Amino acid sequence: MVKRGIEKIYLGLIILFLYAPILTLIVFSFNDSKSRAKWGGFTLKWYKNMLNDPLISKSLYYTLAIALLASVIATIIGTLAAIGIHVMRKKTKSLVLNVTYMPVLNPDIVTGISLMLFFVAVGLKLGFTSMLIAHITFNIPYVILNILPKLSSLNKFTYEAALDLGAHPMQAIWKVIIPEIMPNIITGFLLAFTLSLDDFVISYFTTGSGVTNLSITIYTMTRRGIKPEINALSTMLFLSVLILLLIINNRTEKQTKKLGGSNV
Amino acid sequence: MKKIVLLLTSLMLVLTGCGKNVETDPNKPLAGTTIYVYNWGDYIAEDTIERFTKETGIKVIYDTFESNEAMYAKYKSGAINYDVLIPSDYMIEKLISENELLPLNFDNIPNAKYIDSSFKNLSYDPQNIYSVPYMWGTLGIIYNKEMVDEEVDSWNILWDSKYKGKIIMMESVRDSFAVALKRLGYSLNSTNKTEVDEAFATLVEQGPLVQAYVMDQVKDKMIGEEAALAVIYAGDAVYCMDQNENLGYAVPKEGTNFFVDAMVIPKTSKNKEGAEAFINFMNDPEIALNNTEYIGYSTPHTEAKAMLDEEVRNNPDAYPPKELIEKCEVFVDLGPEMTAYYNDKWNELKASLR
Repeated sequence: MVKRGIEKIYLGLIILFLYAPILTLIVFSFNDSKSRAKWGGFTLKWYKNMLNDPLISKSLYYTLAIALLASVIATIIGTLAAIGIHVMRKKTKSLVLNVTYMPVLNPDIVTGISLMLFFVAVGLKLGFTSMLIAHITFNIPYVILNILPKLSSLNKFTYEAALDLGAHPMQAIWKVIIPEIMPNIITGFLLAFTLSLDDFVISYFTTGSGVTNLSITIYTMTRRGIKPEINALSTMLFLSVLILLLIINNRTEKQTKKLGGSNV
Repeated sequence: MKKIVLLLTSLMLVLTGCGKNVETDPNKPLAGTTIYVYNWGDYIAEDTIERFTKETGIKVIYDTFESNEAMYAKYKSGAINYDVLIPSDYMIEKLISENELLPLNFDNIPNAKYIDSSFKNLSYDPQNIYSVPYMWGTLGIIYNKEMVDEEVDSWNILWDSKYKGKIIMMESVRDSFAVALKRLGYSLNSTNKTEVDEAFATLVEQGPLVQAYVMDQVKDKMIGEEAALAVIYAGDAVYCMDQNENLGYAVPKEGTNFFVDAMVIPKTSKNKEGAEAFINFMNDPEIALNNTEYIGYSTPHTEAKAMLDEEVRNNPDAYPPKELIEKCEVFVDLGPEMTAYYNDKWNELKASLR
């Protein structure tokens, strides 16, 4: 009994440690005073101001547009790549896998600067497109690495059975393999989405004029101090991601139950 | 899947769907053109750009930076052809010396006449041909009224052993030497090695009293009441005083450094007339007032200052009296030899404190 109690306290401490800063941020987004040290009463004015600030809403728009487009495209490319890599011969497979790992291990600043140099060299004007391409590039490996383990645990005979029953290879992939790996595709997509959402370094180097995401906008506020509107915005973002996660968790749970927990 | 496709298409539509409608209005000769503006983050009233576009028809692509150096790097990379930059004094001096700026055509900027003459012909732009000042502020002392009873009006208080361990200096060669040099009555751009040595000796003497040499953390430390006195720029002081009402700010009577952020047009500009229209608009009395009220820094614009609340306008810390301003100087590039000398002395100081 005592042991369980200690375990619970330990878990509680970890959760507190992880979430206390976010909780503080949420509480202070309702603070009437501009201070981050003093409570000046409850207000919703930062939420209202946030929507009226042209620079913040523009950055929010670009952040979401880039994150959504980049993660969708990266998920499509990454899924196809993972299926391809899965059926490769051992030697090519390890070679391709190592190449895939590179961007994950590479420091962001190297990826950012090299992409910028590349874009300038090929004459692509820095802006929305260059930032989007950069985000897709660093997202793809995460999607692949999320899907590959699931693929190797799949029963390969289901695919062959589909072919035996008259399915075209494309149909077999679409109707048999994709549904099986769907949970991993979704987690890969979510990971890509969150990575893209808060990326600063790579975006900083690959963006052009008039296109900034939230992290860049917040960074440029350092001279004058971070505006309280940013607390409000961060709260909104945190809550949206949380709700998204809850929905997806709920869904996958239902699915595993429906499948009778055959695949773990 | 269908939903995702739908979402994507609608996003694409939003991204590309902003059509252009160019009007030919004789009052808006530059309507339909575009300018690229590069300014400090959160350094303009929120509605200014919208109003500019409404009035002139010129579209503004607006970017922000966090330091002069970041601005310089981005500008020099040549990736974007900016039309208006708003850097600080020493950076303008550097840009001028590298032939990066275009002379302004003041016929297109009639509102420049409102700029206070104390802010014209400053050392970074001695003939007043490249820049129009936007905001300015002083280097001074922020203090906690609960911990400091006496009046703060001189740099000497930073050498008072009563405040041992409660003093914060800046982690910056030029700013720290500016304090020491001004206290001794010398120019903060001194190139006389004896004067610099003398200032260095006083900084060493002050060393044991200093709690820390910091840059940005000074704000948190003063708001959190971890120190009694700190060297700080007026803009940051305004921010701290907003957060903690026990804090006060003073400009020492010996004089100090002041910075000016000014609008310039770099030679990459493809729409110089549009850029000049923007600078002129920024100096419209009402717009200038709106900006200084939003930012909280001091304005060099006479009309805007006259329209400010009496409390702000007559606050000697935000707008020091003329005699005091005359004792203030902007930083001047010292040349490689003296810069190295200052840096050596600074390193020697930091080493002596270890």
